[in-house]
Amino acid sequence: MSQTVHQPVLQIEGLSVAVEGKEIIRGLDLTVRGGEVHAVMGPNGTGKSTLAQALMGHPRYEVTGGRVTLDGEDVLEMSVDERARKGLFLAMQYPSEVSGVSTSDFLRSAINARRGEGNEIPLMEFVRKLDRALKALEMPHDMAGRYLNEGFSGGEKKRNEILQMMLLEPKIAILDEVDSGLDIDALKIVAQGVNEMLSERLGVLVITHYQRLLNYIRPHYVHVMMQGRIVKSGGPELAEELEAKGYDWIKEELGIVDEAVGQEA
Amino acid sequence: MVHEVPVSSEYRYGFRDRDVSVYRAPKGLNRDLVIEISKMKGEPDWMTEFRLKALDIFNAKPMPTWGPDLSAIDFNNITYYVKPSERRGRSWDEVPEEIKKTFERLGIPEAEQKFLAGVSAQYESEVVYSSVKKELEEKGVIFLDTDTALKEYPELFREYFATVVPPSDNKFAALNSAVWSGGSFIYVPKGVKVEVPLQAYFRINSENMGQFERTLIIVDEGAFVHYVEGCTAPVYTTDSLHAAVVEVIVKRGARARYTTIQNWSNNVYNLVTKRATTEAYATMEWVDGNLGSKVTMKYPSVIMKGEGGKADILSIAVAGKGQVLDAGAKAHMLAPNCTATIVSKSISKDGGAVNYRGLTMFGKNAKGSKANVKCDTLILDDRSISDTIPYNEIKTDDVVLEHEATVSKVSEEQLFYLMSRGLSEQEATQMIVMGFIEPFAKELPMEYAVELNRLIQFEMEGSIG
Repeated sequence: MSQTVHQPVLQIEGLSVAVEGKEIIRGLDLTVRGGEVHAVMGPNGTGKSTLAQALMGHPRYEVTGGRVTLDGEDVLEMSVDERARKGLFLAMQYPSEVSGVSTSDFLRSAINARRGEGNEIPLMEFVRKLDRALKALEMPHDMAGRYLNEGFSGGEKKRNEILQMMLLEPKIAILDEVDSGLDIDALKIVAQGVNEMLSERLGVLVITHYQRLLNYIRPHYVHVMMQGRIVKSGGPELAEELEAKGYDWIKEELGIVDEAVGQEA
Repeated sequence: MVHEVPVSSEYRYGFRDRDVSVYRAPKGLNRDLVIEISKMKGEPDWMTEFRLKALDIFNAKPMPTWGPDLSAIDFNNITYYVKPSERRGRSWDEVPEEIKKTFERLGIPEAEQKFLAGVSAQYESEVVYSSVKKELEEKGVIFLDTDTALKEYPELFREYFATVVPPSDNKFAALNSAVWSGGSFIYVPKGVKVEVPLQAYFRINSENMGQFERTLIIVDEGAFVHYVEGCTAPVYTTDSLHAAVVEVIVKRGARARYTTIQNWSNNVYNLVTKRATTEAYATMEWVDGNLGSKVTMKYPSVIMKGEGGKADILSIAVAGKGQVLDAGAKAHMLAPNCTATIVSKSISKDGGAVNYRGLTMFGKNAKGSKANVKCDTLILDDRSISDTIPYNEIKTDDVVLEHEATVSKVSEEQLFYLMSRGLSEQEATQMIVMGFIEPFAKELPMEYAVELNRLIQFEMEGSIG
């Protein structure tokens, strides 16, 4: 008996992105499929977070060239909320605080926005899902009653991002520096949350500065970003090599003097 | 949260039922009209004289020289009295169908249901439905429309009427004193705690009609009452004037809470004088929500005459296109060890102007008193404005005054964050606004919180896209 599992595909071709007139990403290609974990690594200032923000559609990031499709649909034509409703998710490096809005009310609104009118999640189902996710992330129960990210510690905010991902069940999740500000125990819990979700239905793009997250979320593919492009790709062993040897050998290999954006090779 | 509130599209555009009024005064204001109103109501001579004196004061007083522009008010083009039916409904069954239908069309069934539980409702200038729950009667609580109270409890009425807001207070208080009609009268005897909020429903439904209700609440020693009024009005094309006076007397050790949500249509001048006095160890709480209107000037006040008095004033104001909301609070601390807490939340959008104007006064006997004033403003776009105008008068040492004001805009980052979870720009903005006023909304009775959600939603619908 065969069951059709929808395997999502995010395809990025020749993507170029500018911020305030300055081109940060120039001609980036990457394809992420359901069931795959891709890690985008690289030193600071090479355009990693710009990639994340541009894919989600942040208004300050201007796409100047290329194509992005999710399951064949043009992502760049969609508004931010449409992208989300189509299954794109970004766990942010600096999540916003929204006073007066409880985390659980927000989550329920977000889930219902995704599900559409007339198909709202039944309250009990929501409560069950929320409880399960809170437990998995070892978050205290009262966290859901607190105002969204207000007064949360850095670690709590990151867990809250993963909590949202678990409840929204995206097709493609981008995790932007989700490891920053987390101690090792919290990192393990967050990684555990992500790993639990991994299936053919979910593709993950992990953006990280450090290799240590990849000890817990094992990537299938590792990409190194420099000067706004992917300059090297490989398997998980590439991450280990970077951990052991740093980035300089890649720069030497490719003849790059300054890896930051805007510096020509 | 945002999605659960049902939307009635009718509400937004307004509607009008066939006019069922039986008597409608000619437009304009003069001594004969004032005498006519008083006679028609069968009032005692002292009230007729009071009205006439107030009319003289109104005529003599200049328009306020500060605050929003009121020059467009044409006092000769206002109907000062409308009587909707000859007889006052004694029970809900007796309320004319026509009027019930109008209430139904307001689309607020939750609040409607409460009418049946013992509420008085003001429809046009007269209270058509007024009944007090039996248990309240047994406790000796008086809850009547103000006209009936004058007839049934003349001595009690006269003892307190106009003692907190005299006609000479301001031009619009004088106007109200001359032509007042309707409003609520509440007396809570010593030690009686009224657990159920007493509610009234107000509505203007007559073009060019002024509404001048007069509310008088007396909470005797150690007693408690929570009075709730809500206001919605359909949209009309010509200007309307609402000049109400509310007086609350809170005696020793008693506590009163007065909750208002007003959503006047965009052509109403809403100029209301609300004031309370507190005796020793008494608490007055104003919870005041202002949406809509063309111009609102409203500064709920508490005069703390007795030691250890407490004032809590919590208000929101939302100003949209073409609207000026000049709202705030006044706390007069005239005795030792009083406490005033003022929290104001203001929102402006679509070119609206919202101001906080407040007074914190420590008299020379106010030793040991404390006041905390917090004004937060949320501005939704670049066309809208806001101003914070706090006045402080301190006539003694040994007092504490804290003032905190914040102005924020809905940030691009917040919108992006919420939209990245699938909420539309409108839903995201609504959520931020609802969050902003949450400290206010959580103080409201359940059905009013639901209503406020809906009103805010209407307000936000027009503002985006």
